[in-house]
Amino acid sequence: MMFKNKNDALVATLSQALDADIQGHSLWYAARVRFMRNRAAVFSVVLLALITLACIFGPMLLPNAFDSTDWNAMSQGPTLVNMHWFGTDESGRDLLVRCLIGGRISLMVGLMATLTSVSLGIAWGATAGFLGGKVDSVMMRIVDMMYAVPYLLIAILMVTLLGRAFYLVVITITVFSWMDMARVVRGQTLSLRSKEFVEAARAIGVPTRRIIFQHIVPNLLGIVVIYTTVTVPGVILTESVLSFLGLGIQEPMTSWGVLIHDGTQVMEISPWILIFPSLMLSAALYCFNYIGDGLRDALDPKDR
Amino acid sequence: MWTYALRRLLAAIPTLLAVITVCYLLLHLTPGGPFDSEHKLSETVLANLQAKYHLNEPLWKQYLLYLNSLLHGDLGASFRYEDWSVNDLVAKAFPISAAIGGGSLLIALVVGVALGTLAALKQNSALDYFTMLLSSIGSVFPSFVIGPMLILVFAIWFKLAPSGGWDAFSPRYMILPMALLVFINVATIARVMRGSMIEVLSSNFIRTARAKGLPLRTLVLRHAMKPALLPVVSLIGPLAISSITAAVVTESVFSLPGLGKLIVNGASNRDYTLVLGLVVLITVVTVVFNLLVDLAYALLDPKIRY
Repeated sequence: MMFKNKNDALVATLSQALDADIQGHSLWYAARVRFMRNRAAVFSVVLLALITLACIFGPMLLPNAFDSTDWNAMSQGPTLVNMHWFGTDESGRDLLVRCLIGGRISLMVGLMATLTSVSLGIAWGATAGFLGGKVDSVMMRIVDMMYAVPYLLIAILMVTLLGRAFYLVVITITVFSWMDMARVVRGQTLSLRSKEFVEAARAIGVPTRRIIFQHIVPNLLGIVVIYTTVTVPGVILTESVLSFLGLGIQEPMTSWGVLIHDGTQVMEISPWILIFPSLMLSAALYCFNYIGDGLRDALDPKDR
Repeated sequence: MWTYALRRLLAAIPTLLAVITVCYLLLHLTPGGPFDSEHKLSETVLANLQAKYHLNEPLWKQYLLYLNSLLHGDLGASFRYEDWSVNDLVAKAFPISAAIGGGSLLIALVVGVALGTLAALKQNSALDYFTMLLSSIGSVFPSFVIGPMLILVFAIWFKLAPSGGWDAFSPRYMILPMALLVFINVATIARVMRGSMIEVLSSNFIRTARAKGLPLRTLVLRHAMKPALLPVVSLIGPLAISSITAAVVTESVFSLPGLGKLIVNGASNRDYTLVLGLVVLITVVTVVFNLLVDLAYALLDPKIRY
C-alpha cells in the first residue's frame, strides 16, 4: 500500500513537471525526485557540503594558524580556551585548523585526481567502445593488466622514484584509478550504439548530432556521474594511505592521512589527535559512498 | 581444462613482463646511482664497482641481465642494508606476511561465508542487521583508522594484547593484526555472500527442491551453496590485492617485520632494488594467485566449458 502511494506521488510530480514544459530534462528531473527521497543520500550531501565549506572558510575565520605554536597549550585536550575545540598536538598546533587544512588538501587531491582519472577513463573507454575490433581488445587487455597489478606497491615505487610533490601524488593516484570508468564507459558506448531507441531515432530521421546529444550523451552521463562519485572516495583513500605511510603529502603541509599517522604516534598520551582526523576522513568517505549509492539508485534506468 | 590453464598462464606473461619493464625503466629514470655518497669515491674504485654490478653496460643489456637473474630467482642486492641481498630480506619477512595475510584471509572466508549465509537465511533478523552493520563499518572506516582504534581500545585502554611488535610467531602479537585483516575481509565477503545467497535461494531449482521436501540443511549445503559461492570466489582475486594494501598498512600500524614494512622502509630509505624486487615478487604472486582463482572458478561454474 505504502509502495503504491509512493509511486503515485512520483507519477504526480512527474506529470506536474511535464505540464511545466521541461521535456528534455525529464530524465534528470525524475532522478532528482528519486534522489531527494533517499534520506541517507540527502543527509550525506548536506554533511559533505558542511565539511567542504568548513575546510575552505574555517581556517580563514578561526584565530589559530595551522602551523603556529601555542606555547601555553601543548598536547592540550579538546577545550573551549583559545578556540582549541579539537585540542592541540604535541608541538602546540591547533588540531581543528590542522584538520580543516588537511581536509583542504585531501579533498583537493581527491577532486584533481578524480578529474584526471575520470577524463582518462572516459577517453579510453569511449575510444575503445567506438572503434571496436582489434584496437578495442588491445586497449581492454591493458585495462585487465592494470587490474591484476598490486597497485599500492607500484604507487609506492612511483612516489619513491619520482618524488612526493603534490602533482606527482595526483599523477600516481590517477594512474591506478581510471580503469573502472574506462570499462563502464566502453560497455555503455558499445551497447548504446546498437540500442533500439537509437535505431528508432535514426529511422524517423533524427540527425546524428541530435542523436548523440539527445540520446547517447544523457545515457552516458548518468553512469559517468555515478562512477565519478564512486571514484572520489577511492582516490581520497589512496592519498590517505600513501600519506599515512609517510609517502604522500609531506610536512609542513598536511592531509587527513598525515594527521592520522601523527595521531598513531602519540595516541597513548593524546588520543584525540588520532580520533578527530579519523572521524573527519571517515565522515567524508561515508558521504561519498552514500551519495554514490543514492545517485546509482536515482539514475539507474533499470529501476524504472 | 588443461589447455585453458596453459592459455591463461601464457596470457599472464605479458602482464608480468610489462610490470617488470615499467618498474625497471622508472628506476632508471631517477637521477643518482647506488655509489653516490658524500665521500667521493676515486674514479678507479667507482669504475671497478660499476663494472662489477654491470652499471657501465648499456641499459638494454642491464635490463636483460636483470631479467636473467630474476629467472634464476635472484632479486639482487639491497642498496641500503649492507650484507643483505633482497632475497635474504624477503626470506626473513615473507613467512610473517604469509602467516598474517594468508591466515586471516582463510579465517575471513570461513567466517564471512557462514555469516553471509546465515544472514541470507534469516533476513531482517538481529544477525542480519549485525552483518549489514559490520559491512557498512568496513566500507566507511579504512584499515588505517580501524587499526589504530583497535590498538587504542584493546592494547592501551584494556591492555589485553601488545600494541605491536613481533616475537617468533607468538599468538599474543598476531591477534590484533589478524583481527584487523579478518574484520576488513569479512565485511566484504559477508555482504557479497548474503546477496548471492538471497538470489540463489529465490531461484527456480531451489523452489523445486523445497517442493520436493528437502530439509533446509541439505537444501542450503548441497544445492544452494555451490552457485552462491561463485561471486565470492571471483571476489578472492581483488580481495587478495586489497589484502596486500591492508597488509602494508597493518604491518606499518602494528610494526610487524613483514614484506609490507620492508617495502615502506625501502621506499622511505630510497632502497630502489629492494622496492623493485618486492614489487616484482608480489606482482608474480598476485598474478599466479589470480590465475588459480580463475581456474577454481572455472571448476565450480558449470556454465563455463572449454
